[in-house]
Amino acid sequence: MESTLTLQHFLLVSGILFAIGLAGVLARRNLLIIFMCLELMLSAANLSLVAFSRFGAENGLPDYDAQVMLFFIITVAAAEVAVGLAIIVALFRTRETTDVTQIDEMKF
Amino acid sequence: MIFFFYLFAALAVIGGLGVVLYKNPVTSAFSLILSFLGLAALFIQLDAYLVGILQILVYAGAVMVLFLFIIMLLDIDKEEHRKMGGFSATGGILVGVGFFALVILVLWKSGVGYEQGLPALVGKGDNGTSDVHEIGRLLFSKYWFPIQMVGILLLSATVGVVVLSRKHLK
Repeated sequence: MESTLTLQHFLLVSGILFAIGLAGVLARRNLLIIFMCLELMLSAANLSLVAFSRFGAENGLPDYDAQVMLFFIITVAAAEVAVGLAIIVALFRTRETTDVTQIDEMKF
Repeated sequence: MIFFFYLFAALAVIGGLGVVLYKNPVTSAFSLILSFLGLAALFIQLDAYLVGILQILVYAGAVMVLFLFIIMLLDIDKEEHRKMGGFSATGGILVGVGFFALVILVLWKSGVGYEQGLPALVGKGDNGTSDVHEIGRLLFSKYWFPIQMVGILLLSATVGVVVLSRKHLK
């Protein structure tokens, strides 16, 4: 039965994208790319939410609670990106760099 | 149906890999747009039309334009002294592969949703309700408090950005 789409397919894609984002956050040194990888991880979590909403359909309707949650995640992510990029710009003004290895005053 | 799933899943994963692997931040940002478009297509394949469109409008549109704007503003070059195989790169790849192995292990052990295909949607479409109607109804009835909080969050984020981007941060 390889021809039907199952919940496993979508959860697997979601897991792959989250793993890529996690590896990127740890491996890259450019602050902006780390931030992009964070967005990728948020979207990967969104995919599993939508998949559970669709496969948990009752009475012929998908579970809309999950989609409302996704709506909130998208809104919070937009606010987070705006504030995060403003902090990065402020940091670049004082330090002239976005390399995380150059910003190590608070390193233990 | 399954062909389109593999097509858009591959698009999302290749875009995600591009974000991590390309050295130039602008190329990474465009890869991320590609990945978001693939994800939005998967949402629409799961009959979640509203959030699929929101994903394109908010993520691939607004958020990524903001990212590109900041990249151009800061005029960041490629990572200059980049030596692959450093401690952080090895650690990142190890953690990523470990997490992926964990996901596969959990999916395999749980056996959730192996044989079940997509359940039929009968209450949606021409004679039923729509995504926008149902989500809107929930937002203004069951989730009335969270949506007020999100409004306050957006307001404080706007004020915070204005304060943060002043010329002389005291």
